[in-house]
Amino acid sequence: MGKPMKIRASVKEGMTEVKILMQHDMETGLRKEADGTLIPAWFITEVKAEYEGRTVLEAQFGQSISKNPYLMFMFKGGSAGGKVKISWVDNKGDSRSDEVTISA
Amino acid sequence: MNKEIDLGRRKALSTGGIGLLALFGGASLLRPGEALAEWNQKAFTSKAVEEALQSLGATNPEESSIFIRLTVPEIAENGAVVPVGISTSLPNVEQIAIMVDKNPNVLAAVFTIPEGTAPEVTTRVKMGKTAHVVALVKSEGKFYRTSKEVKVTAGGCGG
Repeated sequence: MGKPMKIRASVKEGMTEVKILMQHDMETGLRKEADGTLIPAWFITEVKAEYEGRTVLEAQFGQSISKNPYLMFMFKGGSAGGKVKISWVDNKGDSRSDEVTISA
Repeated sequence: MNKEIDLGRRKALSTGGIGLLALFGGASLLRPGEALAEWNQKAFTSKAVEEALQSLGATNPEESSIFIRLTVPEIAENGAVVPVGISTSLPNVEQIAIMVDKNPNVLAAVFTIPEGTAPEVTTRVKMGKTAHVVALVKSEGKFYRTSKEVKVTAGGCGG
């Protein structure tokens, strides 16, 4: 189980803005330990955002996304009190889902 | 009912109602190791922009700085965290992708934009050195791209 995300979702003039901060090392697989051994790649590969069961965004990530990935996007049709759920999986099969209530 | 399931999970989710959703259950929507949109390994291991474009089915995208707004800093003091914003005035956007042309793996992210979601995303990428950030947008089945150079004063892949 991954570490919890920080998610904020707020609706204004019909658009729901979602800001997500995931907690993940996003290791590229190219960095080396002090003794020269490679640190294996370990990064989030897929992210999915749902509003009340409807997919509002899907993302695939590569190693070039920064540590503790940040993501912001907007969708139509969300309303205050509704729930936005964000889920991710990484290349080692770890995953995490968090949910947030949309604020006005 | 079985026939509907046979269509595959993605199809079921995109076409199915509450009933089908309930079948898969909230928590089980994302099982470890199960691909949501099938991570495009070929694209994400591409070493050059052209190769990545090809893996995304985007050969010869039209250069378009008018329709795509790519927001990146001119100078990044910390290559480990470079904010990238992409928005576009193109209609019916299905996909947005971000690449960094000098990174070992050039493709940073691919976003699938469903109907009702704004064609606008912001994230942060790592940049090993001064390079071009490339924004790719798929609109009505056609690909468009634009790019901007970001000068990196401290690389983000070594430390």
